[in-house]
Amino acid sequence: MVELVVTIAAGLAGLAFLLALFRFLKGPSDADRVVAFDVLTIIAITGIALVALAEGRGIYLDVAVVYALLSFLGVIVVARYLERGL
Amino acid sequence: MAWITPALTVLLAAAMIGAALVAVLGRSLPIAILAAGLVSLLASVLFLVLASPDVAMTEAAIGSGLTTFLFFFVLGRVRGGEHD
Amino acid sequence: MLDLVGAFLLLAGTVFLLLGGLGLVRMPDLFTRIQAGTKATTLGTLLSLGGIACLRPDWALKLAVIGLFVLFTNPLSSQVLARAAHRIGTAKAPETAIDRLAEDKGEA
Repeated sequence: MVELVVTIAAGLAGLAFLLALFRFLKGPSDADRVVAFDVLTIIAITGIALVALAEGRGIYLDVAVVYALLSFLGVIVVARYLERGL
Repeated sequence: MAWITPALTVLLAAAMIGAALVAVLGRSLPIAILAAGLVSLLASVLFLVLASPDVAMTEAAIGSGLTTFLFFFVLGRVRGGEHD
Repeated sequence: MLDLVGAFLLLAGTVFLLLGGLGLVRMPDLFTRIQAGTKATTLGTLLSLGGIACLRPDWALKLAVIGLFVLFTNPLSSQVLARAAHRIGTAKAPETAIDRLAEDKGEA
């Protein structure tokens, strides 16, 4: 049962990833794309945790920590740049 | 769950191609830098799916974090220098 | 029992992630997209990490660190982004009527 649930969860997260990717590709303004980037990285953190669960390797979660830190820094830097040019 | 790795690989590769197209074809310079950073982040997830977490961590730290920050810093300096 | 709770939390979290992505596509302007995209995905990520922690209790500490980090940084980044978008004058949809930040700046 757990394998089925993990498969369904991966499918739902992949669908959410595709929707956010559509907003990143289409996004009329710059800030729309930054929001889509933020959402894409958050979904990717869940995806990394799901891959770690599916493969059964806890070392993958370290990558998720680095990933969360760097996506946060990227969004902050681009927001500051949009606001007044760093 | 054997199909989960090829499915994720295809999804991530398609997303990387889309982000690279945004970086090349977009008109806005900061969005091009952000899209290049997104390509690096997705590449790090791809390395992770292909079972190499150390390469994924290095790619996420250097390719996405350091390069994006450096590009934005240089872009801010260049834009600021135009008025001098 | 713990497996059942973990599976339910995991499914609920990914459903919230899907709702966040749907809101990101369907909402009419930037501020509503920020609202849908960050609140729903924060809850979805936290629920998913909790579900994985129930499925694998030996990873609970690392997952708690990730969840705490997401809980701290995600509202902060969305707030900084919304403030920057407001300052550069992003257009609002006609349905977005209330603008407290402009009211505060006008009164100050």
